[in-house]
Amino acid sequence: MPNDLFHGNLVYLTAEEPEAQASSFSRWFQNTEFARLLAIAPEILWSQNKIKEWIEKDYEKEKPEGYFFTVRDSQNDRLIGFFGLWDIDVNHLNSIIAIGIGEPEYWGKGYGSEAMQLALRYAFTELNLHRVSLFVFAYNTRAIRSYYKSGFQLEGIQRKAMLRDGERHDIVAMGILREEWEARAA
Amino acid sequence: MNDDLFRGKLVRLAMDEPDVMAEAFARWTRDSEYWRLLASDPTRINSVKATRDWLERELFKDPPDFHMFTIRRLDDDRLIGEIGLDGVDLPHGDTFVGIGLGERDSWGHGYGTDAMRIILRYAFTELNLRRVSLDVFEYNPRAVASYKKVGFVEEGRLRRFLHRDGHRWDLIFMGMLRAEWEIHKGEISVR
Amino acid sequence: MDIQKQLFLGKTICLGPIDHEKDPAIISGWTHNPEYLRLVDTAPAYPNAAAQVKKKLEAIEKRLEEGKNMYYFHIRDRQDDRLIGFATIRWIEWTHGSGWIHLGIGDPQDWRKGIGSEVLDLLLQYTFNELNLYRLTAMIPEYNPGARRLFEKAGFIEEVRRRQALNRDGQRWDLLLYGLLREEWEAQHAQ
Repeated sequence: MPNDLFHGNLVYLTAEEPEAQASSFSRWFQNTEFARLLAIAPEILWSQNKIKEWIEKDYEKEKPEGYFFTVRDSQNDRLIGFFGLWDIDVNHLNSIIAIGIGEPEYWGKGYGSEAMQLALRYAFTELNLHRVSLFVFAYNTRAIRSYYKSGFQLEGIQRKAMLRDGERHDIVAMGILREEWEARAA
Repeated sequence: MNDDLFRGKLVRLAMDEPDVMAEAFARWTRDSEYWRLLASDPTRINSVKATRDWLERELFKDPPDFHMFTIRRLDDDRLIGEIGLDGVDLPHGDTFVGIGLGERDSWGHGYGTDAMRIILRYAFTELNLRRVSLDVFEYNPRAVASYKKVGFVEEGRLRRFLHRDGHRWDLIFMGMLRAEWEIHKGEISVR
Repeated sequence: MDIQKQLFLGKTICLGPIDHEKDPAIISGWTHNPEYLRLVDTAPAYPNAAAQVKKKLEAIEKRLEEGKNMYYFHIRDRQDDRLIGFATIRWIEWTHGSGWIHLGIGDPQDWRKGIGSEVLDLLLQYTFNELNLYRLTAMIPEYNPGARRLFEKAGFIEEVRRRQALNRDGQRWDLLLYGLLREEWEAQHAQ
């Protein structure tokens, strides 16, 4: 079987020490464009200490609640983003993916797509999930295009679910099935 | 009495400081093949901190839940892997052995086989067990060959137990009885 | 799908939760019968006071809370709600779709009455239709022909024979692992 789940061409997956992860996360969330593309809640600007505390508390759990990876640039090892497979329904083999590239100079260049491919390969050949879902905000057109390219299909629209800057926006639900991913990978 | 209990011909078994072990073990998890050969739970990349916390919780508790050793090469003392006995069942005199070589360039040179011989001797002459068991994945033929070289006998397979990479694979069980080990001492001559 | 079909109701027995007030005393009684203990567990036979059983049941429920890889039931008579035994699907590895099945009926007067078959039937339906697992493994000591017959009748096949893995009563016994695959259960069920 293929040996390496954790390496692509542009990026590779890692686990970070709590300091490094907290430092990047804290900085990424101060960029409101990033925060508003990724998160539904108005994010408090948490201190590095607080984020570090959560990461460490997560490590103490015997059974972690999801599968979380950080993403680094293969060329220069820079920490550029993350993805997590959460909310796993073990008997239905479903999961939700959250993915984000935190460094803006890496947007629109294929790094996020490759990270998504690694995530889907992990989900479908190691976790043996049957489907992966995601929610994306309708104004995040770059991400939506990328998800379509990765094989996700539109499954639903939560109409006017968000209010930002005085305007209402839809939240889009997308999903990909294992057989669909396998057919593309073949 | 044998004072070379922890030494073989190519490697020795040891115990290292938690920081040293945490760094190595965490690094090895970056290689998904290493994990997939060793463990059935989904591959994870572990940080040094998470690994260290786990070592403190599991290995350094008193008494520990399992007997784990680090494997170091005799020639350059390099830390290349770990081997351990899990689930030592004293009333029945049985245990499960597991080994993982994290340094890829140490695969295929006999280090694993040597480490296995050392731990068998430990199991039978220091823990005084009556049998040693192991399970191994069908897609790991190198390990299966190594275990047979040391004298393990295949005892059956749990069919299609593992699901990885779109295929199902058997989980092979092997065992060695003390009476068998006393005859061959872990050295099966090639016929 | 027949949404109204009851997964936990058999003809004469049902699967239910732990009763922390009433069950410990009954289970304590079972643990004073070494024949029961030796058939149902490989751990050394040891009697438990009701207070000890109560702690164990609480620990089981805590484990159910903390993990997602075990299901545990108490078996009761449908007529009088009497506690008859226990059943569990445990060591579940979701990514492989694998689980281990274990059950016990405490009072010898309830043995050989077909209760085991009824329970096993319910458990298999739950495993394959609700947990959606792919295979089940049962661990049975060689000296328990009743359990072997029960699982063989349900379609389980002997897959692994761990030679002399048990040491009891001055004798060595093999520990057998039986397996049932989803497609095998579906084929039987379709008939």
